[in-house]
Amino acid sequence: MNATTFFMLIVRRQLLLAVRRPIEIANPLLFFLMVIVLFPLGLGPAPAQLATFAPGIFWIVVLLANLLTADTLFRSDFDDGSLEQLLLSRQPLYLSALAAITAHWLLTGVLLALVSPVFALMLNLAPSAIPTLMGALLLGSAVLSLLGGVGAALTVGLKRGGMLISLLILPLYLPVLIFGHGAVVASVGGLPVAPYLAILGAMLCLAIALAPLAMALGLRISVDA
Amino acid sequence: MWSFFHKLGSPPWLYRISGSILRWLLPLTIVALFAGAVWGLLFTPPDFRQGNSYRIIYIHVPAAVVALAGYYVMAIAGAISLIWKMKMADVALRASAPIGAALTFIALVTGAIWGKPTWGTWWVWDARITSMLILLFLYLGIIALYEAYDNKEAAGKACAVLALVGTVNIPIIYKSVDWWYSLHQPASIKFTGESTIDPSMLYPLLFMITAFYALFTCCLLLNMRAELLSRERRTGWIARLVAESR
Repeated sequence: MNATTFFMLIVRRQLLLAVRRPIEIANPLLFFLMVIVLFPLGLGPAPAQLATFAPGIFWIVVLLANLLTADTLFRSDFDDGSLEQLLLSRQPLYLSALAAITAHWLLTGVLLALVSPVFALMLNLAPSAIPTLMGALLLGSAVLSLLGGVGAALTVGLKRGGMLISLLILPLYLPVLIFGHGAVVASVGGLPVAPYLAILGAMLCLAIALAPLAMALGLRISVDA
Repeated sequence: MWSFFHKLGSPPWLYRISGSILRWLLPLTIVALFAGAVWGLLFTPPDFRQGNSYRIIYIHVPAAVVALAGYYVMAIAGAISLIWKMKMADVALRASAPIGAALTFIALVTGAIWGKPTWGTWWVWDARITSMLILLFLYLGIIALYEAYDNKEAAGKACAVLALVGTVNIPIIYKSVDWWYSLHQPASIKFTGESTIDPSMLYPLLFMITAFYALFTCCLLLNMRAELLSRERRTGWIARLVAESR
């Protein structure tokens, strides 16, 4: 089996598993909606004020949604033993990790990016900033998924990984928050957004190259322990 | 050279050599810290703008410098542990995390105390302060991950991976926080350290930084010895050590 077929097979398997349990797909979206509702209630419903905070609100909620789903990335595979099969497989673990992350990104980051225009209108974000918001979300959430995968790989063997993973991973999420937020703010202000998106893209390149290596190491440690 | 490197992997050898290093390094460090503090607090001229309040620099700056260096010590120990599977590197990694966290905390607290008379506020979301706060979180993450594992060998390796991931990320985090700060430029607060520091203040500062490095080394060795004793408590060399000391 060549690498591409293997990669596609793993992605397909992860997506199938998710489609069979649709609530797992809906959970991050519902979470996204509910946390967004909290902000107008907490900060006050004044449209101008909401518009100022909207880029920050979006990114913080995406960060949290990613964090919550990252914990479950390898959990069921670890529990039913299919993770050990991947470790024993002749295909590199780098590839399986990257495939699992791709599926995770499609189910959280891409979905959130697709529904984000609706929430952007609810928060009174300038409509001209919506394409930038979606582009930044697509790039940024891929980085978040990759970093979250490292945390998930390191904590999958632990019984109480949920709270721990946020402590490990949130500091690493900050650059994405800063530049993702910067892109949307620049777009609202009519400034060029390309530099921000380019930096997010550079982060994504670095994360694709290195994060699956750390994930592979982490998965081996977790299975050995 | 290589035989020295291999010997580092042996717990009894490391325990003995660290004991003989500590015997002279620890008193020397205590004397140096005391001397440096006296030099900095009593025998340097007051700053013409900040008066005497700047003297906290002799604790604040050394703590911050060594806290940053400590992360790299930890990451290098992690790399050694992953590449050469050396158990003592795990011990060093585990031992340096709490020291680094404590130094980062000291740097943040002394910074806040210094900020009150200088800037008129305890806390500012300045790029450097924010970066130090994130460094504290990175240290705490390592400690939390280590404590979460029951199998301490796996804990060491997992922390090594996390420390290396953190090392790649630290420059990115620092640059992005700098960027974020330049976007949110607050109005009136400015770091006063821009004028070049006078030699009469610089020498005690450098002396204190060296003393803090020595303090870090002492704490690291003491922590490593404690960790070694607890990990190896069922082995023969510990039993002999206890028998000898009786």
